[in-house]
Amino acid sequence: MPLIVEDLSVAVDSKRILDDISLRVDRGELLVIMGPNGSGKTSLALTIMGHPSYRVLKGRIIIDGEDVTDKPPDYRALKGLFLLFQNPVEIPGVNLKSLLRAALNKRMGKTDLTEPVPGLEEKLVAEAKMLGLSEEHLERDINVGFSGGEKKRSELLQAKILRPRYVIMDEPDSGLDVDGVRMVADIIRELISTGNAVVLITHYPRVLEYVEPSRVVVIHKGRIVATGGRELVDKINVEGYKWLGEAENGGSG
Amino acid sequence: MRVISGWVKPRMAGAVELSEILEHPEYMEPIPYRREIEIRGRISRSLVEEISRAKKEPEWMLRLRLRALEAFEKLPAPKWIYGIESIDLDEITTYYVKPVEKPVEDWDQLPSEIRSIYEKLGLPEFYAKYLAGLSTVLDSETVYSSMKKVLEKLGVIMIPMEEAVRKYPGLVKKYFSRIYPLMEHKFSALHYALWSGGVFVYVPKNVRVPYPIEAFFYVGSELEGQFEHTLIVADEGSELTFIEGCSAPRFKKYSFHDGMVELYAHRSSRISFITVQNWSRNIINFNNKRGVAEENAYIEWLEGSIGSKYTVTYPSTILRGEGSGTSSIVVGIANGPYIKDTGSKVIHAAPNTRSRIISKSISSRGGVNIYRGMVQVNRGARYSRSHVQCDSLILDGKSKAYTYPIIHIMDNTADVGHEATTGRINPEQLYYLQTRGLSEDQAKSLIVLGYIRDILRGLPLEYVAMLSRVIQLEFERIGGVG
Repeated sequence: MPLIVEDLSVAVDSKRILDDISLRVDRGELLVIMGPNGSGKTSLALTIMGHPSYRVLKGRIIIDGEDVTDKPPDYRALKGLFLLFQNPVEIPGVNLKSLLRAALNKRMGKTDLTEPVPGLEEKLVAEAKMLGLSEEHLERDINVGFSGGEKKRSELLQAKILRPRYVIMDEPDSGLDVDGVRMVADIIRELISTGNAVVLITHYPRVLEYVEPSRVVVIHKGRIVATGGRELVDKINVEGYKWLGEAENGGSG
Repeated sequence: MRVISGWVKPRMAGAVELSEILEHPEYMEPIPYRREIEIRGRISRSLVEEISRAKKEPEWMLRLRLRALEAFEKLPAPKWIYGIESIDLDEITTYYVKPVEKPVEDWDQLPSEIRSIYEKLGLPEFYAKYLAGLSTVLDSETVYSSMKKVLEKLGVIMIPMEEAVRKYPGLVKKYFSRIYPLMEHKFSALHYALWSGGVFVYVPKNVRVPYPIEAFFYVGSELEGQFEHTLIVADEGSELTFIEGCSAPRFKKYSFHDGMVELYAHRSSRISFITVQNWSRNIINFNNKRGVAEENAYIEWLEGSIGSKYTVTYPSTILRGEGSGTSSIVVGIANGPYIKDTGSKVIHAAPNTRSRIISKSISSRGGVNIYRGMVQVNRGARYSRSHVQCDSLILDGKSKAYTYPIIHIMDNTADVGHEATTGRINPEQLYYLQTRGLSEDQAKSLIVLGYIRDILRGLPLEYVAMLSRVIQLEFERIGGVG
């Protein structure tokens, strides 16, 4: 079963920011989306996850055969979609523990989202430790006073606890050291090998030194300008994004 | 969250009173006051006499009622109240004085929102029926009779107020109306003229009641009156936690409530008084609450207002004895076209007294919260300390929060602090929580619960569980009752 983006064009206010984007990622695959800063990668992630400011002009977003283009973000989340934010917001008053308790209760169909979830506490502590977060981070308001690296780790922790089927990771490795990048690679590998799909959005693919992409797509100025495999990653590693001007003129090969 | 005002240092010396109103410019759009609340109808002298006779009251109580009625007629109607246009005394005489018909006869006649909330809260039917006013006796004897025995053994008196007037006239007379004067304002006078129901509690010297008393289960219907009067006296060295009311929504047929609570904490005693009010949205709710703390005594108020159309309540403490203290925690939720006019007052009338006021308001879907607080340090109340923290959470652009803290300092050794913060939920925060699977409403209730988390600590666990369910339902758009 795949996550499909079909012919998607998107505007914010009256500005068109994505044009005719089509993507597909199947379970067990890693789709890599690359592109220079400001190319529309994050906008694409937010649109797929249903951000209200991103207006779909045409096209569809399909999860496991169901068109979710008009559905709210929570509906998509319950369908198994997860977005790992590049810059997650601060939420005063809500800590990781109470958020994950609520999110799991919701998935179990409970109406009282504050009910204790058996086993959650222990699992959280163990996973947090593996991700390099302390128990104290679980009690602190989400992202309030977190460093860049701690925010990434908190996002990864949520992905691990909520066990989504389709994980969009927006620059998960920025702000992390080499060990952090390896950790992200391990998590991607684990997700894929257990039958989930990952969409990895990245400007500069350090993490791809450790995992093998199924497909690579390059976005520039809101359009897909190249598709391919590992060779595209290698090209960007060597040349950066300078060749894009040329690709734009010569069409997307 | 943004702090919009910091510490206030007393700038005076000598015997001149300093009054300071801390203005928060952004939130100080003038409130459109009405001229006066219009009061329709009349309460007759013979009606008050009839009430007193029916209750078989002693002469002094009848005289007090008549004095109160006179005061009520003389006192001006409040001009400072926002949102209430009129109060209909004829309605009071219809629904309160001659309650011939039961408010609702059976389950099916209850508003469907209330029924659905009771179902969602998973309340047992006998309990739900009781809450809904379908039965006047809570069938919980088995659960609470052992607790009642414990109280009896400790010598604690806890009986309906009317019974106390007859049974313990000396004790009642010593405190009744001595803490909250009947001349205070028009509605306190009205209260004393018409009071009915409420509870009298006396905790003997050095008795510490070992668990919180959820009065609702003991004397439920007594606390449910329209003009109920509760009086708690804690004798020297005693301790009591009294929980009034229940957070589940309550259906009320009448529209004006004017209850009163008086607390007297003798030397080295401690009273905690906890209220969570969630009445139907037809009610104008005046709640008059005041306590006096003697030497080294402590009074703690926790006042949560969820329901009603309009609530006015400022739990107040007079720190009369040296070394006494008080804390007031006031939470107002205005979700929908409702107004919560809440706050707290403290008068430091003795040296080395301390007070703490924490106000947290939540305004949503056009709701308005008004905080009014007063801290007064009298001349000679040396080295008094007070800290006020006033937080407002605003969930959308239609909702408002106003804060009017007043500080009177008449002693230059006072240490008085005031902090205020205003937080707004932004769409990005709601979106973030939604991407984790919560609906927009659930995201809001999670933020609200987090915002009051610190306050819930220290309450009995089952009470917190019920309260957090009630708040979740409140923000799922079905909570608006009546």
